[in-house]
Amino acid sequence: MGNVLELADVRKSFRLGFIPKTKEVLKGVSFSVAEGEIFGYLGPNGAGKTSTIKCVLGLIFPDAGTISLFGRSPLDPRSKDKVGFLPENPYFYDYLTGREFLDFYAQLFRVEKAERAGRIDRLLKLVDLERAADLQLRKFSRGMLQRVGLAQALINEPEFVILDEPLGGLDPLGRKEIRDIILGLRDAGRTVLFTSHILQDIEMICDHVAIIVGGRVLNQGCLSDLVSEKVLFTEITVSGVDDESLAAFGECVQVREGRTLLKVFDETNVQPVLDLVRERGGRIHALIPRTQTLEDIFVDTVTNQ
Amino acid sequence: MTISVIARNTFKEAVRDRALYLLLFFSALSIALARVLAVLTVGDRVKVVKDVGLASISFFGALIAILIGTGLVYKEIEKRTIFTLISKPIRRAEFLLGKFLGLVLTLAVMVWAMTLVYLAVVFLHTFKIEGRMVLAVFFIFLELILLTAVAVLFSCFSTPILSSLFALSFYLIGHFSWSLKTLIKKTPPGLGRTLLRAVYAILPDLENFNIKAEVVQNLPLPGGLWLGAVAYSAVYTAFVLLLAVWIFRRRDFI
Ligand SMILES: Nc1ncnc2c1ncn2[C@@H]1O[C@H](COP(=O)(O)OP(=O)(O)OP(=O)(O)O)[C@@H](O)[C@H]1O
Ligand SMILES: [Mg+2]
Repeated sequence: MGNVLELADVRKSFRLGFIPKTKEVLKGVSFSVAEGEIFGYLGPNGAGKTSTIKCVLGLIFPDAGTISLFGRSPLDPRSKDKVGFLPENPYFYDYLTGREFLDFYAQLFRVEKAERAGRIDRLLKLVDLERAADLQLRKFSRGMLQRVGLAQALINEPEFVILDEPLGGLDPLGRKEIRDIILGLRDAGRTVLFTSHILQDIEMICDHVAIIVGGRVLNQGCLSDLVSEKVLFTEITVSGVDDESLAAFGECVQVREGRTLLKVFDETNVQPVLDLVRERGGRIHALIPRTQTLEDIFVDTVTNQ
Repeated sequence: MTISVIARNTFKEAVRDRALYLLLFFSALSIALARVLAVLTVGDRVKVVKDVGLASISFFGALIAILIGTGLVYKEIEKRTIFTLISKPIRRAEFLLGKFLGLVLTLAVMVWAMTLVYLAVVFLHTFKIEGRMVLAVFFIFLELILLTAVAVLFSCFSTPILSSLFALSFYLIGHFSWSLKTLIKKTPPGLGRTLLRAVYAILPDLENFNIKAEVVQNLPLPGGLWLGAVAYSAVYTAFVLLLAVWIFRRRDFI
């Protein structure tokens, strides 16, 4: 399987302000997205995620570096034909109704009239907006805009879908629905690139991730390579046992309402703690083995910066 | 054609804007007011009705072209609706031309509506309608097309307020640049005269589109005049649009 998208050493500076001051936003970004995967592009606010995507879509022109989208220039309409895009904080023509809006974009992709109505109905159903089909977009809520934006991104049945913060502004149920849609896209053989600074979302569904901080991609790879399965420590919440005896097995982090949160670093110490609690007639309230998460890598990467 | 899709959508956007109807209402009011004005004047009342009517169409047409034209592209960038558009398989030039054509279409409908009011007012006054009045409106429309292109050009790189000022200056300069012709005649041949000629060639001469006096005074119109006006409008508009595309294609949409 080939790469749908390749970026090599992409650089971009903005000149802003009345007296132009150069600000380097992308400092040599390289990564590639393989066909059929869900690629997570992760980074804190202002890291350059949106700027990277704008370069890929030809909205801004990089100062240096190369981008190839389906093996062609990002400005080539033939490559854009196969791409769907949802911008962050979607802003759309608010004087159009949901259906008119989707019809407009379908026309831009030269979808035949006979095909359009059916496809629009299917997409409205997919994003759960059937009721709002004939409502003007100015009357949409933030989450509804996000949904209609996603429908818009899928209007050309794209092989490659780029979603900038697709889960922003959604309630937990909505997040799950959109995650399911993204997974459904992959199952249908599409490639998805999406950005987020919410790690759980990426962790849950991505195959590959790249972490960008301050305009540089600091870490990238297969999720299973980046995140080790090893248990880092075990958190045990205990009551009815004095802290001094517990401290022998690990670190007492927090004591509240008679409960002690104990961090046990050595796995072989977990069983003795349980034995001790039973012996003293205490209680175990929680026992959580903590593996390394994407969040740890993320925090590491950001702080090492 | 993607251009026509954009154009139709631009038209839709413009006609769903309430400001347009306000302008239309005031233009109709102004045309109708010509009758009241005519009653108050001594002399040829028919002339006043015809003249004020045409002037109203010209003025309100220009206002629509400038107000809507300068906001169009800028609003797309400012409201970020352009992101999803440019990421679709359309070229930037197509986007810009679609916007322009959509606005020209809007203007055509608006000017036609104003013309109907105008013809009705004149008809109520004189009980006859002349083809020349429609010709005069056609000339005004040619001018408005050019003005729209200018408005779109400015809106590619500056805010609506600045663009409006620029476009307004273009309009005013365009209506006074003919005075350079007189100046050229009075200047002795030489460098000064050549320079003035160059300036005159670059500056727009919107008086090329003004045949109000001839129509109102019933003066003869030289044959082929309309051909010259069409050619002038087409060439100048094409030049302005090319410049706009040239600027627009280099822009970053951050
Ligand atoms: N319109 C703009 N004007 C000025 N600076 C900008 C603009 N857009 C982006 N920047 C700058 O570019 C840098 C990268 O911004 P970008 O939007 O790419 O970040 P991001 O990773 O998408 O952040 P977020 O998670 O907040 O969306 C930021 O530091 C920001 O200051
Ligand atoms: Mg962003």
